[in-house]
Amino acid sequence: MKIQRFGRMSAVALVGALALTACGSDNNTTSASGTAGGGGSTANIDCAAGEVQAEGSSAQKNAIELAIKNYQSACAEATLSYNPTGSGAGIKQFIAGQVDFAGSDSVLSDQPEEGVVETEDAAKTCGSPAWNLPMVTGPIAITYNVPGVDKLVLTPDVAAQIFQGRITTWDDPAIAKINQGVKLPGTRISVFFRADESGTTENFTKYLSATAKDLWTADPSKVWSGKGEGKNKSAGVASAVKSTEGGITYAEWSYAVDNKLDIAQIDNGAGPVELNSRTVGKAVDAAKNVGKGHDIRLELDYATKEKGAYPILLVTYEIVCSKGQDEAKTKLTKSFLSYFSSKDGQKSLEAAGYAPLPEEVRTKVSASVDALS
Amino acid sequence: MSGTTGAAPTARRDPFGGGPSDPQGTRKTGRLGDRLFGGAARGAGLLVIAIVVLVGVFLLSRAVPALLDNRANFLTSTEWSVGGESQRFGIATMLWVTVASSVVAMVIAVPLGVSVALFITQYAPTWLARPAAGLVQLLAAVPSIVFGIWGAYVVGPYFEPVQNLLNSVLGWTPLFSDTTVSGSSTILFAGVVLAIMVLPIVTAMSGEIFAQTPTTHREGALALGATKWEMIRTTVLPFGKPGVISAAMLGLGRALGETVAVMIILSALADGTAWSWSLLNGGETFASKIANGAPEFTTPLQTGAYIAAGLVLFVLTFVVNAIARVVINRRKAFTE
Repeated sequence: MKIQRFGRMSAVALVGALALTACGSDNNTTSASGTAGGGGSTANIDCAAGEVQAEGSSAQKNAIELAIKNYQSACAEATLSYNPTGSGAGIKQFIAGQVDFAGSDSVLSDQPEEGVVETEDAAKTCGSPAWNLPMVTGPIAITYNVPGVDKLVLTPDVAAQIFQGRITTWDDPAIAKINQGVKLPGTRISVFFRADESGTTENFTKYLSATAKDLWTADPSKVWSGKGEGKNKSAGVASAVKSTEGGITYAEWSYAVDNKLDIAQIDNGAGPVELNSRTVGKAVDAAKNVGKGHDIRLELDYATKEKGAYPILLVTYEIVCSKGQDEAKTKLTKSFLSYFSSKDGQKSLEAAGYAPLPEEVRTKVSASVDALS
Repeated sequence: MSGTTGAAPTARRDPFGGGPSDPQGTRKTGRLGDRLFGGAARGAGLLVIAIVVLVGVFLLSRAVPALLDNRANFLTSTEWSVGGESQRFGIATMLWVTVASSVVAMVIAVPLGVSVALFITQYAPTWLARPAAGLVQLLAAVPSIVFGIWGAYVVGPYFEPVQNLLNSVLGWTPLFSDTTVSGSSTILFAGVVLAIMVLPIVTAMSGEIFAQTPTTHREGALALGATKWEMIRTTVLPFGKPGVISAAMLGLGRALGETVAVMIILSALADGTAWSWSLLNGGETFASKIANGAPEFTTPLQTGAYIAAGLVLFVLTFVVNAIARVVINRRKAFTE
């Protein structure tokens, strides 16, 4: 990580020394033509200059901030900012034309909701169809704090009962049955949920209602429908679990990793699956693309019985205007997104607790980014 | 709000202006400066009134459509499901949590604040009084998110035993009965942190008025053989009562509206959690509920539901201030 950045910086220095900055044409300094970057281990970033603002999902905050940092350290002339106010706010600002692209946990809805059809409104603002580009794969971890138990397997049924408050202690026979050989204490289970409306909650309850239909009957929504105690944002639930013995919650992978929390393995029916980028990639690969053309809408199968596929995950999208925007901004957006969707861009996300897109999906996204104009 | 209502009676008693019915008529000889200043002051007053009215109108205009669409009883329901096809929402839990946490805060902050103010104005030597007052004021400058984080992560663990003790000794009363909320994420603890946050307001305002106790009263009491405590009880406290009440009400206003600190400390409850009067329960106040929901406002009706909750907070604060006015005015009449 550090070494990479150092390499990148030296690459920048080299590029600067050779006056080979491939920045936008509106740049005053003498700029020779040709693609920039080159040296070092990082990808060829085709730099653009200017300023771009994005807003939206907090689930991809760490990923996009990392990508922006990497991008900007290679492209000094570019200023990108991402405001993690939540998917709803991001889409709203995007439709209002306030930001250049939005980050969202779910695709723009094409069904009317109280008279609002997001795809139509977005197309109106853009003057062209808006595209959903899956960019960041954020697995959702079920994290827990039970001293002495560093390996825990959960099935959808047991997870649903825990999060509904039906299983109240850690040594409950239902948990013991699927965790043979693990010494479970009699601690009370404290369930924590997201008190704010959150795409993570929506995806987690989507998972539960898809896999434990009989137990989890509530409709998936951004508002928690189980039991427990609500904490604000991912940071809130993660730190609550960390400080509460017997606590359990669902949170993005990065928060579990950052807080050094134990992560449960999920058994959808084909054996326990550990959460790592390989198992997540496998699940994304299994998702169906229901979008048309360059608009990519992934439909995840939460109940997948595919061996070794980690089923609880969230794919966050960047929502962009397909064409007809301010030229300089489009150039920068395109340049940034093509770095973001590049192999190296995706790979670097792993350090922040996100899984890279599987190759097949990634190439599709790259092609869509290339088609932006 | 209190500023506006306070300004009105003073203006009426104003001996120079000739009363509101004849603002400029008798002042033909008035100089330009007079007129400019009078106009500016009047403008400022009107501006504040206009802002409050506009806020009220905005809240009403947004809240009413959502309220009309509400399928549950807004005042008594404990449900909160908004954003879908049919919205069901009520404010009962929020009202309880808001009022309970603020009352806890006042129960702690008012006696403590008055004591600190008495110490600073009556007991402390001059060299100590000023720095002490300054330090208390400094508390007011701490951002509320700092209070929240400090409360939740630093003080919280130490407060837990206190709660457990209250629960084991007073657990038979509904106020301290068992709940499922873990640690110090409770209404009681939120109230304690709120108390610290409103302390500077209570201390500064009551200190200000205690310091104005006429020296003749105090010396008279002492001359009659009163001890220091008796002097304070018979002169300073009665004189300062209206001030203390205003201070308490101003503090209460802050406690009712406090958002971030409460949001960090308090555990929200899942929809459908059984009702409990316990102070050891979690919940959300009006302000923290709105703050929790705000990032995901999507449809006007959903936003309206939250704004309706905000409207209740607005009205609640208004009522509290009105009560304070009435109390202060009555006290004044009594002492004069």
